[in-house]
Amino acid sequence: MSKAEILSNIRHGLGRGSATAEQKKAAMKRIQAHKATIIPKRSQLDQAGQIKLFREMASGAAAELIDIHHLSQLPAAVSEWLKKHDFSTLVSASDECLNELDWAALGDIQREQRIAQSGDVASLTTSMAGIAETGTLMLYSRPESPTTLNFLPDCHLVLLKESDIVGSYEDAWNQLRRKHPDSMPRTVNMITGPSRSADIGQKLQMGAHGPCVLVIFVLKDV
Amino acid sequence: MQIKSPQFKENARIALKNVELQEALSQFKYGFPVNRANAIKRLPEFEELRDEARDLKNHIIQNLDIYLEQFESKVVENGGHVHWCRTGDDANQAILDICKQVNAKTVTKGKSMVSEEINLNDYLEKNGVQPIETDLGEYILQLRDDHPSHIIAPAIHLNVDDVSETFHEHHKRPKTGDPQALMKEAREVLRKQFVSADVGITGANFLVAETGSTIIVTNEGNGDLTQTLPKTHIVITSIEKVVPTLEDMSLFLRLLARSATGQEFTVYNTLSTGPKRDTDQDGPENFHVVLVDNGRSEMVGSEFQDMLRCIRCSSCMNHCPVYGAVGGHSYGWVYPGPMGSVLTPKMIGIDKAAHLPNASTSCGKCEEVCPVRIPLPKLMRHWREKEFEKHLTPKAVRFGIAGWAFFAKRPAIYRWLARSSAWFMSSIAGKKGRIKKLPLAGGWTDWRDMPAPQGKTFMDQWKAKQKAGE
Repeated sequence: MSKAEILSNIRHGLGRGSATAEQKKAAMKRIQAHKATIIPKRSQLDQAGQIKLFREMASGAAAELIDIHHLSQLPAAVSEWLKKHDFSTLVSASDECLNELDWAALGDIQREQRIAQSGDVASLTTSMAGIAETGTLMLYSRPESPTTLNFLPDCHLVLLKESDIVGSYEDAWNQLRRKHPDSMPRTVNMITGPSRSADIGQKLQMGAHGPCVLVIFVLKDV
Repeated sequence: MQIKSPQFKENARIALKNVELQEALSQFKYGFPVNRANAIKRLPEFEELRDEARDLKNHIIQNLDIYLEQFESKVVENGGHVHWCRTGDDANQAILDICKQVNAKTVTKGKSMVSEEINLNDYLEKNGVQPIETDLGEYILQLRDDHPSHIIAPAIHLNVDDVSETFHEHHKRPKTGDPQALMKEAREVLRKQFVSADVGITGANFLVAETGSTIIVTNEGNGDLTQTLPKTHIVITSIEKVVPTLEDMSLFLRLLARSATGQEFTVYNTLSTGPKRDTDQDGPENFHVVLVDNGRSEMVGSEFQDMLRCIRCSSCMNHCPVYGAVGGHSYGWVYPGPMGSVLTPKMIGIDKAAHLPNASTSCGKCEEVCPVRIPLPKLMRHWREKEFEKHLTPKAVRFGIAGWAFFAKRPAIYRWLARSSAWFMSSIAGKKGRIKKLPLAGGWTDWRDMPAPQGKTFMDQWKAKQKAGE
């Protein structure tokens, strides 16, 4: 009943009855075209420019960036970071590119592949894209990469390939559509720096409810 | 929340004398507005984006029924449910029904102004379901049995000591005045709640018709935990939030963070599309969208239609001299500032909210900073007209307007009076040209001097210039 009343009110306000087939078709056509609106020029750069911009913007949003030159260096880089911060456990996503690596470099650090639980100190995931415009990572849910890994642990470590850095949000949406042509994944997470809040005395503090630290391991594959 | 809008004048009087509130408000002026100005400097296309956002919102309103139905069909296709709710009561009932279906005892909540609008927390509590606010500001307010005074910074009226006292009382831990330690404390306490809640309720900043997704925009990550951990995720939102595509949503996202906090982008922009997939290891098993109308559909086609463009960025209140002086609680209901002065009369009635559209200097700053170019001063004037038509305007004001109209229709007397008043005011102003006390204008001169008119009246100057042939 509510639905009919709400729609009827809207239509009354618009001075028409139900939308005509033509009107519906025009709206659907607009959706299917999903045309971009104005895209700021700042991200319309060549690949090197986009990579540089991503780094600047992500650092500006308080993310920590660590370069690696080959994927095989990731376990050692992760291990070094965890040891530096005195962490002895890591909960990880199980993407193929992570599974193929030799994780012996972790030494005594315990690595588990599962969903995150309260009390986990650090997680490791991959990212689908880095968006240069604002230094934003795009991640999405799938069996190998449960969403809790992105939000529950204190520190979120993310692998980003330079070849996956794009200019704008629109570029990232198109990349996602290519990967998931039929429907959206359950959740898509755009992440720009670690969590924060200024709700106590208007003083900005890092580490509210999401991760207190965001570390991006940038694979220099370009 | 109890409606206190009819007492706006008294609320404002108290607020002006509240030293702590005034300190918080004076600090606030140098936060969001300065950050916004800096963010805009870094984005040359900002004004063009505003034009495009205004036009796109207008297009959406013209096709609102089509996009809402398309959104619904995509939600259902993805395995979710949509509940259309004409009133706040309908929405409360729908949410309680879902909670009962899953036998929920506790509910974690992300920040949602729509839930404030319909008094959801009270309703759930009365019916045996315990809501737990997880946005840090909202959590502090819930412990204090208080209400938001700002739509994105709900606890802006409190200082560190207030929070310290509250946490000490409720968490039974040693008192600290360190904001970082206080935040850590809240993080630890709420973590248990996030994990054990049966249902998670969040709002939505936008609804995407193309994909059936809802999106929340947060800096804390609380909304993300709220919608990931419990078995049931309920999105409470309102009908004007629908946008056609992900690209359209991106346009609004570019405007939202910059207009609100002055950030380039909010930390977490999270889309939810249906319940967890069969192969997913985590995520909610049930996904519900509660679509609230609560008077919005009646705004379509009315003189208040432009208000449906609002994306709740708070820029209008961040820049409003009235909000900056009296704070959000003075407005006496959920939505403060200029956007609230337009929405509140629609939702609680102009008879209760007539003070709000009058609580404006008509300086136009709100319209100047609105990312979707809502003509807020014009909309407030429409409410003043309605107030007048319904004979709600106080007698003194009606008498004053009638008196002014009498003279305005008699230009010779009007000009003579203007000339005499200007002469009188400048004669009592002294050498500095400022009046410290003026009869019938105590509301002004109690707080600041009144500058005396300088030189001749406009009409006299005009006449003189015409004569001189300039």
